[in-house]
Amino acid sequence: MRATHDVSALRQMLAGLEAERLPGASSAFSLGAAGPDGVLANTLARGALHEIYAAEGADMPAASGFALALALRAAQDEARPQNRPIVWVRQDFLDSEAGRLDAHGLRGFGLDPSRLILVRARDPEQALRAAGDAARCSAIEAVLLEPWGEPKMLDLTATRRLALRAGVSGVTFFLLRMAEKPSASVAVTRWLVRPILSTPLAADAPGAPAFAVTLLRHRGGLHGHAWNLEWDHESCSFRDIAPLSRAVVPVPAGKPARQDAAAQEATGDVRPFRRTG
Amino acid sequence: MSGPSAVPDEALPLVFVERVKGALRLSAISPQARAVGLAPGLTLADARARIPALAVADHDPVADAAFLERIADDCDRWTPLVALDGVDGLVLDITGCAHLFGGEATMRTRVTDHLQRHGLTLRAVVAGTPEAARALARCGKGGVVPEGREAECVALLPISVLGLPGETVTGLSRAGLKTIGDLASRPGTPLAARFGEELLTRLRRTLGHEDVRIVPRRPLPACIAERRFAEPIARAEDVEGALGLLIDDLALMLETRGDGGRAFEASFFRADGAVRRIAVETARPSRDPTSLGRLFHEKLDALVDPLDPGFGFDLVRLAVLRAEPLAPAQVNLDGRAIEEEEVGALIDRLAARMGRDRVLRFMMRDTHDPARAASLVPAADPPAPACPMPEEGLARPLMMFDPPQPIEALAEVPDGPPLRFRWRRVLHEVVHAEGPERIAAEWWRQGNGAPTRDYYRVENREGRRFWLFRIGLYDREPGPPRWFVHGLFP
Repeated sequence: MRATHDVSALRQMLAGLEAERLPGASSAFSLGAAGPDGVLANTLARGALHEIYAAEGADMPAASGFALALALRAAQDEARPQNRPIVWVRQDFLDSEAGRLDAHGLRGFGLDPSRLILVRARDPEQALRAAGDAARCSAIEAVLLEPWGEPKMLDLTATRRLALRAGVSGVTFFLLRMAEKPSASVAVTRWLVRPILSTPLAADAPGAPAFAVTLLRHRGGLHGHAWNLEWDHESCSFRDIAPLSRAVVPVPAGKPARQDAAAQEATGDVRPFRRTG
Repeated sequence: MSGPSAVPDEALPLVFVERVKGALRLSAISPQARAVGLAPGLTLADARARIPALAVADHDPVADAAFLERIADDCDRWTPLVALDGVDGLVLDITGCAHLFGGEATMRTRVTDHLQRHGLTLRAVVAGTPEAARALARCGKGGVVPEGREAECVALLPISVLGLPGETVTGLSRAGLKTIGDLASRPGTPLAARFGEELLTRLRRTLGHEDVRIVPRRPLPACIAERRFAEPIARAEDVEGALGLLIDDLALMLETRGDGGRAFEASFFRADGAVRRIAVETARPSRDPTSLGRLFHEKLDALVDPLDPGFGFDLVRLAVLRAEPLAPAQVNLDGRAIEEEEVGALIDRLAARMGRDRVLRFMMRDTHDPARAASLVPAADPPAPACPMPEEGLARPLMMFDPPQPIEALAEVPDGPPLRFRWRRVLHEVVHAEGPERIAAEWWRQGNGAPTRDYYRVENREGRRFWLFRIGLYDREPGPPRWFVHGLFP
């Protein structure tokens, strides 16, 4: 009993020490949603290495979208120079496996395509080297590195090198990874992302991109939290999804239509962010 | 002229044959074959009848042309102005370079010696105009024509060297005009009236009365720096060191001109005549020795087949192929200029290592076809005038498949969204769907027959969002409708 108490006290102390080394509010960015921001409170650092994990290949679009959203959030600050380029390093193989990036899609997500420098790498080695070069250039806002699968060379040393470079230049570095089990790295935060059902728009159309994110690791000791977030490309910020506000279970086909309508009405009233049009 | 590899047997007279109108004819022969009385144009059967012991090889014009190109590359070491003349000749414009090699006569000897060392047989003539030199080299013995004496030297040459059409040559011969001297002594106007202005132009140029520059096979560089080595250098460090010195020289030259280079080319001339060129381009005009040095270093590092020095390079040349005005950079208050400079340098570095087509930037096209709406252009290219993006319409996926991937889909109603579909062996159940967004083919590009596509934005039970389309309309267009997944939403 006493031993566990000591260990938890020690953990807290360590977390406090770690938090002291975290950057100040000036070089931290927020997600824009009240839920995670309340917990994280200015501990998401610019000029650091962040990891975004997809548990499986089919979750890659969601992970890429979430990483891009984080990069856009990191770029959003009145005091910083605006419209600095974002470098996205992708491996060739992804084009056939997950699709190539589309300019209209990028704009629809909130990024002006002319700000993007797309680097297509032949293999993970080339990708890592190009991303490392980009991370050294302080005129770049953010770097997204998207290798295919889980390359061996992306080990502790490689991530430390990336993190050091990002720390010196102030470039925020996002590393997209796809693995069942996260491997060792020196990332400041590690997120696990998967898509969830969006809040449907009128006429049952799919709504804004919605993610279920879990903070697997946090330098300040705030890991373990999970949120459901929705990306709003117009304001370039996340929104919380209230877990109870959505009718995620469709009405079984056999039930009478009246009950269906009633259920719709009941949930419709409390949908907080329903978009018109 | 033949490549050194095509010699089957040293002892026999060698002939090259080519198929002309169904018959094998000799196209080129060795001096030995000429000595035993053969001549080009003879059929192979005739030649064999005369000389049964013949070494025969196929004539390969492509290899000949490549060989001539290689020699021309090597000749770049004397002057940047080199042009090909027919299939077996080179014209070098040595205006202003002869004094670097000890005068015209000495230079001629040096060029001849250098090429003869590589096993070539050649005749070289230095004359006031390219045409005069060409005519003399093709008929005479070679040498240097004293200045202003071209007319005397070419007077006795046959008119065939003027390179005129066959009927003109025949016509002139019938009139008794057999040499250039004969033509030159006649008044020009009747000749022009009978045989065309072309004849007079060629005549004037051959006689040295009129001089036009040659059209060099490679564009003339904006400026050049080069180092010659009495002892060829072979070590990679030496080569890069030499390149570094050249970059410094060039940077100084560019600064005096107020220019920056956009495209640079380093040429490495091997002692045995092979030439290797390495080109580097920059996104913006540059004359910064450090960044240029780094670019060349990246490029040399990334070469698939490394720079093979062989017996060493005896000449390294660095040329600015394209220069643009570059004013000394003025730093804005917000440091924007410096930032753009840095981004440009990053793009250059990545492009030099990975290739220009791997560092890209989006360029929008004015079209409604989703597959063609945006294209990727090298980021190192100067930004094109941006085509205004259409006002934000319906949502487009972040990732697109090219080409779209076929799926099996089941729709409730013929023109409705799918209920469920199978993609990559996984069954997806559609929960939310939006559509159709009907996108017709661009008839002005693909013709009238291209089918219309109905696009749907769908979401499955796990929250994965897809962009699907059905090709072909029910009943209205031929063939059964097929479904594809074209993109993925985040």
